[in-house]
Amino acid sequence: MAANLMVYLTRKAEFSASHYYHVPEWSAEENRKTFGKCNNPNGHGHNYTLEVTVKGAVDPRSGFVVDLKELKETMHREVLDAMDHRFLNKEVPEFVKRVPTTENIAIAVWQRLAPKLQKAQLHRVRVYETPDLFVDFYGEE
Amino acid sequence: MKAHLTRRYLFSASHRLHSEQMSAEENRSTYGKCNNPHGHGHNYMLEVTVSGHVDETKGMICNLVDLDAFVEREVLSRYDHENLNMLEDFELAVPTTENLCIQIYEILKRNFKFAHLEKVRLEETMMNSFEYAGGSEVRH
Repeated sequence: MAANLMVYLTRKAEFSASHYYHVPEWSAEENRKTFGKCNNPNGHGHNYTLEVTVKGAVDPRSGFVVDLKELKETMHREVLDAMDHRFLNKEVPEFVKRVPTTENIAIAVWQRLAPKLQKAQLHRVRVYETPDLFVDFYGEE
Repeated sequence: MKAHLTRRYLFSASHRLHSEQMSAEENRSTYGKCNNPHGHGHNYMLEVTVSGHVDETKGMICNLVDLDAFVEREVLSRYDHENLNMLEDFELAVPTTENLCIQIYEILKRNFKFAHLEKVRLEETMMNSFEYAGGSEVRH
């Protein structure tokens, strides 16, 4: 098999977390108007599904693009341990000052994973907030 | 930072695949069961993908409320629980899912101003789906 064939590989994971949307510089009225139900300060939760897609050439010896075990461990260590069963606004540093929207969660996951992946290159991070809503981030472009 | 946001919607409609440019025999052989003169229906699953800069303050590409309201008003209320063949949109075109997918893309492209439309994906059944990005390559 030719060694330079680019293959894309996707690993899924799930995490559950709570959050709310609020911009401290805005009035209560403006926050309510912009974010609606998501502005409830007590928070609400979702079961998030995360899909991480990496790309790379198939290693001729192992037949792998990436060792899935390592990818899984990296996702757990860098993302799930920090976000699963957490209140994102209060417990995840990125969201102390940034609103934990699905857009910002996808960006944060990318920024956590990209520097830690050695062999394979990160292609896409997809975060489902619900089965009917997801965000894709392909890195800075 | 630029990101892509996808939202899913459901609607149900009936249609009949029949081309005025074909004979009865050719229609039957081309469309098979879908040529049944009485029509038949599907639960369509629509995916709308928009892209844009994630606003630094709001953390959003666009407000979902605006996207949902637009799709409800301009797309779902137009097609949900309708017979597609009776609509002006399909006076000249066969209501295949290809044509419906293009039609929905064009509606969004013309009038949705809150974010850039990337693509429309339409599932006719769980077994088949169609994607249209204005003629561009679809990014996965």
